[in-house]
Amino acid sequence: MYNKTMIITGLVIFVLMVTFPVWYNGLDAGPLPKPELPPGGEKECVASAAFMRDKHMQLLNEWRDDVLRNSDRVTVTVGGKEYRKGLQLACMECHSNKEKFCDSCHDYAAVTPTCWDCHLTPTEAASKKEAH
Amino acid sequence: MDNKRRKFLKMAGATVLAGIGAPAVVKLTSVPALASGSEQAAAGHGSGHGEEQRTGIRLGMVIDMRKFYGNEELLNQAIAACHAVHNVPEIPGRKSEIKWIWKTGFANAFVAQSQNLRSETVKNSQFPVLCNHCDNPSCVKVCPTKATFVNEKNGIVAMDYHRCIGCRFCMAACPFGARSFNWQDPRPFIKTYNPDFPSRMRGVVEKCNFCAERLALGLEPACVEACQGTGAMVFGDLNDPQSEVRKVLSEEFTIQRNAAAGTRPSVFYIV
Repeated sequence: MYNKTMIITGLVIFVLMVTFPVWYNGLDAGPLPKPELPPGGEKECVASAAFMRDKHMQLLNEWRDDVLRNSDRVTVTVGGKEYRKGLQLACMECHSNKEKFCDSCHDYAAVTPTCWDCHLTPTEAASKKEAH
Repeated sequence: MDNKRRKFLKMAGATVLAGIGAPAVVKLTSVPALASGSEQAAAGHGSGHGEEQRTGIRLGMVIDMRKFYGNEELLNQAIAACHAVHNVPEIPGRKSEIKWIWKTGFANAFVAQSQNLRSETVKNSQFPVLCNHCDNPSCVKVCPTKATFVNEKNGIVAMDYHRCIGCRFCMAACPFGARSFNWQDPRPFIKTYNPDFPSRMRGVVEKCNFCAERLALGLEPACVEACQGTGAMVFGDLNDPQSEVRKVLSEEFTIQRNAAAGTRPSVFYIV
């Protein structure tokens, strides 16, 4: 093998740099996020917590296609309360604090969903309320 | 050697002849297919002139201008109602403005109609104009992402803002200027938010949705509701002979905006 020392040193430096975030934080992923439970005290969601944790994005996409594409706006009833399909119409009714609920995990996982470019958070909606 | 060359020339000649003759042979054998193809083409052409219509529910509207003449306040109300319900921003400037339903003069609303010697009322009145929810929409044909599409269940030309990439082909294709592009974040220009409806973001095209979200709740479109009691706007299924719109259409003489464009608009005007 030619240039053995150079190659091996280079590889070691490369591996060290790539794994920098892991060892710099002492092999600790930081405190796990604790999304705030609905302030209104609702206990039931449209699906189990485990399902929602894994698949809420797929569910939202399905709802979007149902409502916009298939005109299927059948409401979802949870614990006697009816919800219309939609991020603003259902999710945010209970999880009324986007910063403490959605953002807590999204920030941790470093994902930036584009939902809020168009959809209004309850705080945003309340900032310009209708006068009457 | 000579023998080989002779053979080669023979083969080449035969191949050239076959190549020249092939199209004629194909034509002769596929005559029935060609004939049916041209028939279909003719039918398609005919549909551009309004003969062939979509079946099933086709929502449409009749706008009775006699109720709007001298009563621009009513028109302002309808516009305000729509724009409040849908979080439509009020951006000054013709380039950036966003409009779902707006007012314009006769000459701009009805470009295909003669502008010659029009009555003072027509010349001096503002006409409400909005997306025509065409039966044969050109905007839908050009959309590369299917972000705009005809809802098969009610004939509404709908938008899925999630898919819009902001190419603005639809704006070029629409003969009515019914689409607006968000050149900037619209939120600072929205006066009041309707918490049940999203806003739009920078880089998407938007337009009237015939209040699909209100229809689902059993409500009439916001503009129609704002004109309630006056009969200035009548909304309903154009394919249902018993509907109120059809009753009005069968009794009154109506015109459509730029019908010659062949898109078969679903909004009719009594002028």
